Amino acid sequence: MNGLQIVVCGSVVPDPLQTLEPTAGPAGPVLKNEAMLPAVLDPWAGHALWEAAHLAAAVPGSKVWLVALGPKAKLQQVMMVVGQKVPFELVAVDGPAGGFTDSHETAAALAEAVKAIPGLDRSRLLLFGGWESAARGAGTTLALVGARLEIPDLFLGVDALAVREDGSLEVLERIEGGRHQVSVCAGAPAVLGWATGNRPEPRNNPQVGMLNMRGILPALQKARPAPALGGGVTFEAVSLPKQQRETRVVKDLPAAEIARELVAWIES
Amino acid sequence: MAAHDPAAGESLRTLPGDDVRQILWRFADRFDLQMVVQSTRAVARGPVARLVASGGRNSHDWTPGKNELLRAYDESGITAVFMDPEQGGFIEGPKNLALALVAFELAWVDAGAATGALAGNLALSPIHERGTKAQADHYMALAAPAKPGEDRKPWRGAFCLTEPLPYVGVDTGMLSGKATIAEWEEGKEPVLQIEKRGRFITNMGFANFVTAAVDSADPRLKGSCIVILEEGDPGTFDRGTPTRKMVHQLSSTSDPIFSLRVPASRIVGGYEVKDGVIVPRWDHGEIIEAVFKRTRVGVAVMTAAKLLSAVEPVIRYQRGRFRGAEQTKPGSLRHELGLQQREDALHRLTDVWATGEAAASLAFAAARLYDEVDPLERRKSELLAQAGVGGGRAEFAYLKKVNERAIEYLSLSRLPQGERDEARLLELANDELVRFALVDSEAGVLCPAAKLWCTGHGATVMREAVSLVGGYGITEDCPGFLGHKWMDAQLEATYEGPEAVQRRNLSVTMAQPLFLEQLRTWAGELRRIAAARPGTGACTLATAFRLWLWTFDHLTTAKDANGEKLYVGPRQGVTFRLADALCWLLASRAQILDLLELARRGPESPLAGEGLPGLLEFLGDLCHVQAAAAAGEVGRICAELTYGYNRHPAWDSEARSVCYAAEDLEALEGIISGMAGCATDVIGEGGAHPDKAGPCASCQGLHDFAALRMKLDGCLTGAQLAKDRAAQALSKVMIPEALDYPA
Repeated sequence: MNGLQIVVCGSVVPDPLQTLEPTAGPAGPVLKNEAMLPAVLDPWAGHALWEAAHLAAAVPGSKVWLVALGPKAKLQQVMMVVGQKVPFELVAVDGPAGGFTDSHETAAALAEAVKAIPGLDRSRLLLFGGWESAARGAGTTLALVGARLEIPDLFLGVDALAVREDGSLEVLERIEGGRHQVSVCAGAPAVLGWATGNRPEPRNNPQVGMLNMRGILPALQKARPAPALGGGVTFEAVSLPKQQRETRVVKDLPAAEIARELVAWIES
Repeated sequence: MAAHDPAAGESLRTLPGDDVRQILWRFADRFDLQMVVQSTRAVARGPVARLVASGGRNSHDWTPGKNELLRAYDESGITAVFMDPEQGGFIEGPKNLALALVAFELAWVDAGAATGALAGNLALSPIHERGTKAQADHYMALAAPAKPGEDRKPWRGAFCLTEPLPYVGVDTGMLSGKATIAEWEEGKEPVLQIEKRGRFITNMGFANFVTAAVDSADPRLKGSCIVILEEGDPGTFDRGTPTRKMVHQLSSTSDPIFSLRVPASRIVGGYEVKDGVIVPRWDHGEIIEAVFKRTRVGVAVMTAAKLLSAVEPVIRYQRGRFRGAEQTKPGSLRHELGLQQREDALHRLTDVWATGEAAASLAFAAARLYDEVDPLERRKSELLAQAGVGGGRAEFAYLKKVNERAIEYLSLSRLPQGERDEARLLELANDELVRFALVDSEAGVLCPAAKLWCTGHGATVMREAVSLVGGYGITEDCPGFLGHKWMDAQLEATYEGPEAVQRRNLSVTMAQPLFLEQLRTWAGELRRIAAARPGTGACTLATAFRLWLWTFDHLTTAKDANGEKLYVGPRQGVTFRLADALCWLLASRAQILDLLELARRGPESPLAGEGLPGLLEFLGDLCHVQAAAAAGEVGRICAELTYGYNRHPAWDSEARSVCYAAEDLEALEGIISGMAGCATDVIGEGGAHPDKAGPCASCQGLHDFAALRMKLDGCLTGAQLAKDRAAQALSKVMIPEALDYPA
């Protein structure tokens, strides 16, 4: 079997530990002090990247690209961490990463970047990414990238992928009810939007980092600016989910009564 | 020129991030170091923090949990930072800054972890600095983490110096460990018998080899040396009982006993045989000097990290202090700001932050300087060899001339363009030995200054940080482990030479003519900085430098009331205190230089760019606050030393003779109206005198000092306004929702 060609779409998002406060900017909503907030690799995309690296290591001749959209400077900071974890080649696209962009526009920018990868055989392409995003979670971007690349086979909520000897793919997808659905497709090309997968985040390995940096730094230098994003969507209002904490100290309440209160609260 | 008033300008928006620190501490262009920082941070805020939070520090023993950290250090590359690429490392060139960054990141969470991670390097350092190539290659390769596919455990080392028992941290020159020659067959390698007991030896719970200092107890072995002991050597390799230390519990420390036979080839740096006597190439003192002057910087960094790590938890505590109380409704000022409504809370936190910035600036400056020293030192050795200059006195005399050239270079560089010999200046600037002399002179002061000030004064300020969190600060629940950090800082003040050793070191290196010339140059530079960036405290600092220099010059020539010289080695009441004062100046200067670097390179960084004006204003205010504190400390110390060794006049006949008699003054007043008001000490009828110890002291010869001191006081103008602005910024800065490590 030929090696796999895996392209992971994964962008940066603001560090969720930071105070994320939406505010109005000149061109639409932004996060307060967005440019100064530290960023991390989108955790959903991270799962996809670890799975991609694991798969590539198991199939000789495989290669992993990470196509990342975000402010170039933030990408550089994040790559100092991500670049040490697994081997990949970076394709950087300079653009916003605050979450206030339309998934169609983002998908277009990512698809163009994938098409421009030199030597990529799209008939062998496995397009990976997160089925969700920590930025705003539209959950549609990856599917739209797949559509633009004319890849019909789409799997979302993937937790496991096995490449069979004949090159066909066995995919485990999350479905309702906490169960998984097993699918088999003939092989690449395919789009896989990962849930959490099964791989822990690899430890930082500076030796891997030193190798990756040879490609990452030039990729960052020649990162192309994404077409203006955000023009196709208007935000009427943005706000964070309200956090509400109501504590009552009650003793000796029967379990049935607790359950009844919970149901009532959820239904309200 | 209008007074500096940035009140209406930008303010601090967020806590400084990596992008800012990379510029301040000069590794924005070093992706290898940026990766080291991230790797180390993942270990510090992951396994290390979890271990501390779960009570891992509550044991003297080397537990499985602590042992797991070693694997984390290996896997994340921390262990390999010390090694060259061919030895299994990944960083080319000098590694002082890299190691300092590792120490910073680990100590941000727990300095014991930092010590544990770096102690192996300390064991290797004698071999690295003065070992033979064969020794270096052998032990570095053994200590390097296993490469992928390799099935071996890396060797761990310990450095064994401290003795005699039962004390901890005694004078490095006092050795009781002994080496004798056990066997020496004709034509064969001699075998040494080593008897050594250690105390408070880090890494001893698991070390596979030990670099131990021993003195000769055999006429066939000359002087002292450092030997390498291995776990499998014949004899006793007893790790001893764990030291019952109260701090740095994540490092392994015990009191070992060694009675081992080792080949003489284990003498670090090798030896030669002269007239039937084994002469080690390096005695233990020479090796220790080469080692400690580098590794002490890392210890200084640890305390600096703690101070800066305290800022975020303290802000969060202050803001949330009253939330949950019935009287504190959401949206009220008390709910939003909590203790930050109070000026004192904000001012004290400003002091903590300013000290942390200055400490980090000084320690990282020292680390970077050693990255410059390392290659130049090797080059110096090559050049001296080419010139046929041997060691000892010949080298000393040769380098004295180099130092004279370096002084000439500094003198020329201070002259305005057009008034100086540019060709000569260029020639001296390109002289590698001059460059070495300059960095070596500066490093000789910066290293002990950083170690002394960052850890000693840092421990005091860490107490302040703990106090800002009230009773919470001395519980294990306190976010940021502040109570642990306060205690740990006391050990850092002692590690690798306690404060007295640093002061003694400084009292020699700061008195060298070349360094004094550098100080004069820096004072001038600070004036120019003040002209370009008023409001940083650079002007205050320049005056404080001048006051210090005046005091030094005075003390080196003046005598006390008993006719005894003042600036002499045994007079530590003079030399040590002047050393203390100098440290404040150096820390404040380093902080201002870092600010200038951020101002210069910050605009290039898109990340820092948006909030840069506010950040520069805030950090500038911190510089000003710190410069004022330094000036106050220097002024006080210098005044005490300048005046304090003169005997105060008493109401005796000699002192009375210079006073006015009341009746004489009355008569003079009749001739010259107002005359009486000029007299300070008046003897009344029957010898009555004012209620004080004696007539006011004459300050003959000290008028320059008095004028400088008065000027320095005036230079504090604006410092409190800067503190007010910084405090105000602290009440508005956006902090993360939660600390990024568990507590």
